[in-house]
Amino acid sequence: MRSGDAATARRPTARPHLPFPLAVAAVIVVAASFIPLGYVMVQSIATGWDTASALLFRPRVRELLSNTVLLVVVTVPICVVLGVLAAWLVERTRVPGAKVWAVLLAVPLAVPAFVNSYSWVTAIPSLGGLRGGVLIATLSYFPLVYIPAAATLRRLDPAVEESARALGVGPWAVFFRVVVPQLRLAIAGGALLVSLHLLAEYGAFVFIRFDTFTTAIFEQYQSTFNGTAATMLAGVLVLLCLTLLVIESVVRGSARYARIGSGAARRAVPAELGWRYSPIVLLFLGVLIAASVGVPVVSVVRWLVIGGSAVWEWDAVASALVQTLGFGIAGAVVTCVVAFPIAWISIRHPGRFSRFLEGGTYISSSLPGIVVALALVTVSIRYLHPLYQSVAVVIAGYALLFLPRALVNLRAGLAQAPVGLEEAAQSLGLSPLSAFVRVTLRLAAPATAAGGALVFLGIVNELTATLLLAPTGTRTLSMQFWSLSSEIDYAGAAPYALIMIVLSLPMTYVLFSQSKKVAGL
Amino acid sequence: MRMRIGLMSGVALATAAVLTVAGCSDSGSDNGTDSGAANQITVYNAQHESLTQEWADAFTAETGIEVELRNGSDTELGNQLVAEGDQSPADVFLTENSPAMTLVENAGLFADVHRDVLDQVPGQYRPSSGKWTGIAARSTVFAYNKDMLPDQLPKSLLDLQDPAWKDRWAASPSGADFQAIVSALLELKGEDATRQWLAGMKENVRTYKGNGTVMKAVNAGEIPGGVIYHYYWFGDQAKTGENSNNVALHYFKNEDPGAFVSVSGGGVLQSSTKQDAAQQFLKFVTGQKGQEVLQTGTSFEYTVGSGVPANPKLVPLAELQAPQVDPAKLNSPQVTELMTEAGLL
Repeated sequence: MRSGDAATARRPTARPHLPFPLAVAAVIVVAASFIPLGYVMVQSIATGWDTASALLFRPRVRELLSNTVLLVVVTVPICVVLGVLAAWLVERTRVPGAKVWAVLLAVPLAVPAFVNSYSWVTAIPSLGGLRGGVLIATLSYFPLVYIPAAATLRRLDPAVEESARALGVGPWAVFFRVVVPQLRLAIAGGALLVSLHLLAEYGAFVFIRFDTFTTAIFEQYQSTFNGTAATMLAGVLVLLCLTLLVIESVVRGSARYARIGSGAARRAVPAELGWRYSPIVLLFLGVLIAASVGVPVVSVVRWLVIGGSAVWEWDAVASALVQTLGFGIAGAVVTCVVAFPIAWISIRHPGRFSRFLEGGTYISSSLPGIVVALALVTVSIRYLHPLYQSVAVVIAGYALLFLPRALVNLRAGLAQAPVGLEEAAQSLGLSPLSAFVRVTLRLAAPATAAGGALVFLGIVNELTATLLLAPTGTRTLSMQFWSLSSEIDYAGAAPYALIMIVLSLPMTYVLFSQSKKVAGL
Repeated sequence: MRMRIGLMSGVALATAAVLTVAGCSDSGSDNGTDSGAANQITVYNAQHESLTQEWADAFTAETGIEVELRNGSDTELGNQLVAEGDQSPADVFLTENSPAMTLVENAGLFADVHRDVLDQVPGQYRPSSGKWTGIAARSTVFAYNKDMLPDQLPKSLLDLQDPAWKDRWAASPSGADFQAIVSALLELKGEDATRQWLAGMKENVRTYKGNGTVMKAVNAGEIPGGVIYHYYWFGDQAKTGENSNNVALHYFKNEDPGAFVSVSGGGVLQSSTKQDAAQQFLKFVTGQKGQEVLQTGTSFEYTVGSGVPANPKLVPLAELQAPQVDPAKLNSPQVTELMTEAGLL
C-alpha cells in the first residue's frame, strides 16, 4: 500500500473554531445517552452488596448466563460464515441471477425476528431451546454481516489479489490470506451488530421458550414492575454488551484498510462456477432465502387465509399503522437532529473531543431496549413526572437506542461534502449559513435520509421499549402483534406481521443500496 | 429552490408525524391527574384485554364515559401504581387475581368502594376491608393430554413436586395467574412447604409463556399436563377446539391448594379526580349487565355478582370444593421473592 496522508492534506490550514452551541448540544445528547448506564450503576450501588450478590450469584443467573453466552458464541460464527460466503458468491462469482440474489439476501432484515420466530413455531411447534434460538437468530440476523461484507467486496481492489495469484498463491489461499483479512472491518462490525441484537432480542426467544437475560428481565418487570432483581439482571446484561464492544475494538485492530491515493478500484472479474458448482450454490442460496424469507411469508399468508376477512379489524389495524408511522417518522427525525451536532463535530473537528462524543453515544446505545426503557421509566416517574408516560419519553428512548444508525450515515454524508465546496460558495458571496444549507446540507441529504430510514426500520420492529414506555392507549403494530400472538391468536396477529414486513421492505432496500456508499469510508 | 421545497416538505411531514403521535395518545398520556376529558377514565387493566374491552364498550354505550385501557400484568401494574403513588394517571385498577389488589391496598392507594357496588358482590368474593371488590373468578385446574395421562392424575397440587413428575408438567410461572396459585399455597401450607414445593417444581416443570401456550403444548402432546385456569379450555372449545381437543380438565377439589379459586379484583384509586365515573364503572362491571358479559360472553370466567349465574357449561363454583382463602391475605411480593429464590423467575 502506498503511504501518504490525504486526510490531512485536504484539511483547511486555518482551522475554524468549534461553534459553542453545537458543542453544548453534542454534550447534552451524549450526557442523555448515559442515562441508562448511569441508572444501572446507581441502582446497583444503592442496592448494597448483600442483596446484589444474593441476586447475582444464584443458579438462575448462571443458567441465563450460559444460555446467553452460548447463543452468542454459536450464532455469531454461523452468521459470519453464511454472510461472507453469500456475499462472496453474489459479488465474486457468476452465479446465475447474482443481482437478484444480492437484493434477496438483504430482505430477511425486513422480517422482524419475532415474526420469524412466530412463523417457525407454526411450522415446527416443538422448536425450542438453544437450537431453536440459534436457528431463528441466524436467519434473522445474518444479513447484518452479509450487507457490509458484500459492500466491501464490491470495492476491494482486485489488484492485490491478482498480485498474490501472480506470486503463485492458490485460489483458496488468496481468499483466506488476502480477501478475508480485508473484510475484517466488515466482519467485526457485522458480528458486533449481530451479538448486540442477540443480547437485546425478546419476542423471538419467548416464542421458542429460550431464556436469555432480556427475556428474564422482562419477566421480572412483569412480576415486580421495576424491582431490584430486574436491575441486577440488567447490570449483567450491560456488562455483556460492554465486553462485546471491547472484543470488537480489539479484533478491529488499528491497521489501515482504506485504499489511499487517486483512482478507483476496478471491479473484480467474477469467478466461473461451472456446471458442477452452480447447482450447489443455487441450492445453498435458495435454502437460505426459503428459510429466512419463505417460511415467514408462507406462514403469515397461511394464517391470513385461515383467518379470512374476520382478522382484518380495520379500525384497529389502521390506528396501529398510523401510530407506528407517527412514532417511526417522529423518532427518525428527532434522532437525525440530535445526531447532527456529533456527526458535524466528528467530521469537521476531529480530535479527542469528537472521539469522546462518539464513543459515549456508541457505548450507551449498545444497551438493549429493555435496559434503556427500565431506566427511562424510573427516571421519568421519579424526577420528570410531567413527562412520565408521554410521547416525549418514547421518542427519547428511540433516539437513545438508534442514535448510531443515524450517526454513521450522517457522518458519511458530511464527509462526502468537502469543506472546500462550502468555502467556495462563501467566496462567491453566500453567507456562511446559507452556504451550509445550500451546499453541505444538500449534499448530505441522501445519507441523512438513509440514516432516518434505518432509524424508522428500527422503530417499526421495536417491541420491549415500546411496551414499557408507551403512553396509555398506544397500540403500535408490534404491540398489537405481540398482544394477539401471546393469546395464541395467530390468525389475528397475521395482518400486523404482514404490514410490518411490507413497511420494512423499502427501508431495507435503502439500507442495502446505501451500504455501497458507506462501505468505502 | 428545489432544496428548499424538499426541506419544507420534510419539516411539514415531521411536524405532522409528531402531531399524529401526540394526538393518538393525548387523551391518556399527559399527567392525567388534573387534565383529560371529564367523561373519560383510565383503567390500568391486568384482566384479559378482550374481556375488559367488552366491559368498556358496553359501559361507554350506556354512560357515554370513554374508557382508556393501559394493559399489563397484575403485579407489573400493581407495583407500577405503588411507584406512581398519588400522581398516578389511573382511575380504576382491574386484575385477574387478588394478590396485586392487596399490594395496592396495603400501599393505601385505594378509595373505599361505594356501598352500592359492594352490595352487588357476596362477602366471600371480596375483602372485608371494602377497599376493592371481586369482579370475576377462575378455578385452578390440571389440564392433561387424554392420550398421555389417562388414569394417573395427581391427587394434589403438592404431588407435582415428586421426581415422578419430572418433565411431565408445564406452567407459566411468569404470569400472575400462576403466582396467585402459589400465593394460595403459601397462605394454606406456609412458607417452608411452599419453598420446598417450588424447588421440586423447578426440577420438574417445563415453563411456557402464558396459560394458553401451556394448553397448546399439552394438546400437541409436547408435555402430558399443565397447571392453568379453567377457562382457557372452555374458550378454545367454544371456538375451533384446535388447541384443546386432546385436552381434558382435572379439578383437584377436596380443598386442595390446587382447587384454589382466584378472585379477579377491581378498585378505584384514591388519587383519581374522577371518583364518580370510576365508581360507576365498577358498579357496571359487578352489576347485572357486566356480569352477563361473563355469563354469555367468550371469556368463560365465573360470575361473582348481582346473582347472575355462571355460564351453564362451567362446573358450578359450589361443586369445586375450593379451599377457604381470604383474598386480602394473599401476598404477591413474598411470592415473587420465593419464586426468584427458586430460580423460576
